[in-house]
Amino acid sequence: MSALDVATVKRDFPILERKVNGKRLVYLDSASSAQKPLAVLDAMDDSYRRHYANIHRGVYTIAEEATAAFEAARRKVARFVNAPHAEEIVFTRNATESINLVAYSWARANLRAGDAIVLSHMEHHANVVPWQMLAAERGVELRWVPLTSDFRLDLSDLEALLDGARLLAISAMSNVLGTLNDIRPLADAAHAHGALVLVDACQYVPHVATDVQQWDADFIAFSSHKLCGPTGIGALWSRLELLEAMPPFLGGGEMIRDVRLDGFTTNDVPWKFEAGTPAIVEAVGFGAAVDYISAFGMDAVRAHEVSLTGYALEALRDRFGESLTIYGPTDLDRRGGAVSFLFDGIHAHDVSQVLDEDAVCVRAGHHCAKPLMRQLGVPATTRASFYVYNDEADVDALIEALAKAQKFFAV
Amino acid sequence: MAGIEDLYREIILDHYRSPRNRGELPVPPAHKVEGFNPLCGDEVVLYLDVDPASDTVRDVKIAGQGCSISQASTSMMSAAVKGRPLAEVRKLIRAFKALMSIHESKLEGDGEGDGSDLAAELAGVRLGDLEALQGVVKFPVRIKCATLAWNTLQQALDETAQAQA
Repeated sequence: MSALDVATVKRDFPILERKVNGKRLVYLDSASSAQKPLAVLDAMDDSYRRHYANIHRGVYTIAEEATAAFEAARRKVARFVNAPHAEEIVFTRNATESINLVAYSWARANLRAGDAIVLSHMEHHANVVPWQMLAAERGVELRWVPLTSDFRLDLSDLEALLDGARLLAISAMSNVLGTLNDIRPLADAAHAHGALVLVDACQYVPHVATDVQQWDADFIAFSSHKLCGPTGIGALWSRLELLEAMPPFLGGGEMIRDVRLDGFTTNDVPWKFEAGTPAIVEAVGFGAAVDYISAFGMDAVRAHEVSLTGYALEALRDRFGESLTIYGPTDLDRRGGAVSFLFDGIHAHDVSQVLDEDAVCVRAGHHCAKPLMRQLGVPATTRASFYVYNDEADVDALIEALAKAQKFFAV
Repeated sequence: MAGIEDLYREIILDHYRSPRNRGELPVPPAHKVEGFNPLCGDEVVLYLDVDPASDTVRDVKIAGQGCSISQASTSMMSAAVKGRPLAEVRKLIRAFKALMSIHESKLEGDGEGDGSDLAAELAGVRLGDLEALQGVVKFPVRIKCATLAWNTLQQALDETAQAQA
């Protein structure tokens, strides 16, 4: 697979032609949400213009077409993560809803007071708060895998943490640190203790070839919008037999087989979990995004990001030395393209405000990972994150803008 | 287009680099209130010591961490209210918040009639250094950074009044 030709890729993204403050847009916030290529915009536009109707209902031609496109998207997403069956993909609103679905359906049916759930200190709020809500409601105990000083999971007490645990809920890649977690051994360890495994793969699936069978996890949550697809749709993967045994989440149309005055029976998986009219056109866009990213080859996507992340880490160190702290592993094999850093004495928000002058878009804040921020002992970091449309010129623009910010706030 | 010089006036950077009234006060007699901006993680800790006999701010100390706007605004606020009668402090809070919101509506092209309200709020109030913060309203996301200290002060005043009631 040849390396990505970023100049060509950039032309696929209309927004990257925009100027902000008279400057070329340098978009370095894909870990928050990725930009959308023409392939996705056109697929959604075509869907609304030519094939739009509600799905799984009408027998007329365009309703059949809409249904076929929606289910084709499910098959594309399933293939993208190597799911054995398309029916193992449940469409949700986003990865957050995917995790909540598991918390409300599986966990509330299976966990009781005294049961334990194991999380880690690097989790996004989406993989913390649903479990805290459950803990408060059911008396479930939450346990935490701490971090090592080089920003990895500290697994030295894993066996003790998993003892008596019913679920390990863990991120495949930290949205703050960029740390990649090796899921398979974690899943094996959890299963050995009889616990199920939920993976928050939101930051992982868009960037690294994902094989749910190789991971051998039980639930995997990810979203479309970080994969160059539209907002408003995400996915939960789980094993067919698990999904079939789980009670429904939201009630309404679509998720039922039959409704009588004295009760209802549920539809088959995955529609059992898709109450109400779903995000039909967004699903089509999600499928188009999967096609778009797949066409590069995930190995090429990963190789591109490893190279760019290496370039960025080196440039940050060379230019700013000790005045800038990078929060995340330095080993490129064990990290993704989300790079968090902090200037000594300059708040992340002030940095990103100055960067905006040069149309450099980065995220500043706690990145919805406040427990992690407390562990790091910082209120906020600035984060630059990369995707297929970023190149070394974007990193150079970041470095120059950062130098300006440093000068501006020089104490 | 609003440039960063509109936001980061020299006086703001000065308060950020050399914040006034940093520290703590014994509680009681001082009242301690913490304010948070969940968006940024900005944090303001305010120690307010009110003299009930004269109804004036006897002393004020600030702690916390955050961006230059939130910390400079906190520093300026502490300098502006120290030694002032509570009635004046309340007027100052209203005036400052009016200054923040009037510009917001002006930005949205809906400035008609608001000028008189602002004039009413500002009547007899000397904002002084605080006027340097008015550039913040051109950066709507940052308004919360500037008002955090003032909302925290409002809370401290309300809680002090309740405690004395």
